[in-house]
Amino acid sequence: MNIPGNLRYTSEHEWVLLDGNVATIGITDYAQGELGDIVFVELPAIGTEVKAMQSFGTIEAVKAVSELFAPVSGEVVEINAALEGEPMSINNDPYNAGWMIKIKINDPTEVDKLVSPDAYQKLIG
Amino acid sequence: MSEQVLTDNLKRTPFHKYHIEAGAKMVLFAGYIMPVQYNGITEEHLAVRKNVGLFDLSHMGEFEVMGPRALSFIQKMTTNDASKLAVGQIQYSIMCYDDGGIVDDLLVYRLKDRYMLVVNASNIQKDFDWLETHLEAGVELTNISNQIGLLAIQGPNAQKVVAEITEYDLNSLPYYHCANMDFGDYSLLASCTGYTGEDGFEIYIPTQLCEYVWNRVMNAGKKYDIKLIGLGARDSLRLEMKMALYGNDIDKTTTPIEAGLAWVVNFDKGNFTGRDVLIKQRDEKPNRRLICLELEGKAFPRHGYKLISNGRTVGHVTSGTFSPSLGKPIAMGYVPLELTKIGSIVDVKIRDKLFSATVIKPPFYKKGTHR
Repeated sequence: MNIPGNLRYTSEHEWVLLDGNVATIGITDYAQGELGDIVFVELPAIGTEVKAMQSFGTIEAVKAVSELFAPVSGEVVEINAALEGEPMSINNDPYNAGWMIKIKINDPTEVDKLVSPDAYQKLIG
Repeated sequence: MSEQVLTDNLKRTPFHKYHIEAGAKMVLFAGYIMPVQYNGITEEHLAVRKNVGLFDLSHMGEFEVMGPRALSFIQKMTTNDASKLAVGQIQYSIMCYDDGGIVDDLLVYRLKDRYMLVVNASNIQKDFDWLETHLEAGVELTNISNQIGLLAIQGPNAQKVVAEITEYDLNSLPYYHCANMDFGDYSLLASCTGYTGEDGFEIYIPTQLCEYVWNRVMNAGKKYDIKLIGLGARDSLRLEMKMALYGNDIDKTTTPIEAGLAWVVNFDKGNFTGRDVLIKQRDEKPNRRLICLELEGKAFPRHGYKLISNGRTVGHVTSGTFSPSLGKPIAMGYVPLELTKIGSIVDVKIRDKLFSATVIKPPFYKKGTHR
């Protein structure tokens, strides 16, 4: 199972890459494996305010639909438009081509509540 | 402790170890631990549409019906006319309750000295009990499900693979026919049947020969890049062909007339269970029918989602998926008769949004290669 050491995680299986006050968000390798083939994702519009631990979109896989949960609060400043035509990028490359949204973080202390790579490894057993 | 009990109750097919070796994702289905996917449902689905795939269907049930009254018993218990079957011929049929509700859908094989019924895995015990309750003198009914493994080879290149492992002239076998074929050292019952819409064969294999046949199929299949196919793709393949799945599209609350299966109900053959209700329904028209719906865009209709017309709930999705072959959402469901015309519009409620769906003429996928 691929769990990059430079990322933070949530118990809902999202990953977060921090760059200054911008967080890039996607779902983990474990999550894409559990979901199976992803058919499409519904992402929020740029400019949307999202709140930590609240749903910011949905992911439709062949087997089931899942909610996407925002790891941190802030404004959506970019979305991965390429997922529109290539949703399977999330399956094939969840940490790079499969990224979903970028959020400008309101409260940097929220980041401290995220899960470390080691703790995430334990979480998924 | 409880885990141990659970494990003991799970049945494994004779091919279990091959699924594990192949890294399949295993799920519980009808009491069996079955492969739902190997590499991915979409890839497996398209492999069957474009090339060839191998399915382990050993969970399916097989009953033998023998004795001088075997035919009249099958005529009484099923809706299709089994008297039309020549030796080596197969028909799709339905078993109904007295009220016309469906006990199960099945295949009836006429073999030289007996009939074989192939039933859904989830219904094996129920079907057997139902048949046994109606048993009469001169009929011998045996559940041979646990002694038989079943492999299906499906896809436009299925015949090429099977031709590598048997001398039998496969060109001489029409769709829905079967024969005993030589497979290496053994003679096995094989039929030109399937649940995918593609050309294909199903081989019934005594448990002790399952490994032998699996290896022969896989060795022969290498040349054609045969893929292992799980239950996930089996479901989307059958749905694209509008083949009903018991428990989703048909069950004891639906009738063959409502489900569009009147073509396997023969009212001229004499009495059979459910006939009175079904003939009335045919003559007076049922209140609802199973329809095929096509949607546009990013919608994924799933079992249980509501079907809405003019703000009113008129039914629900019985089966739905994002069709891998068509690249669009498709669904089936029952709606009132006035909404069943081709081109009618029904909305599917997906979470809080309504998606417009058009009633289309089945099947969804029209390029299947079956004979």
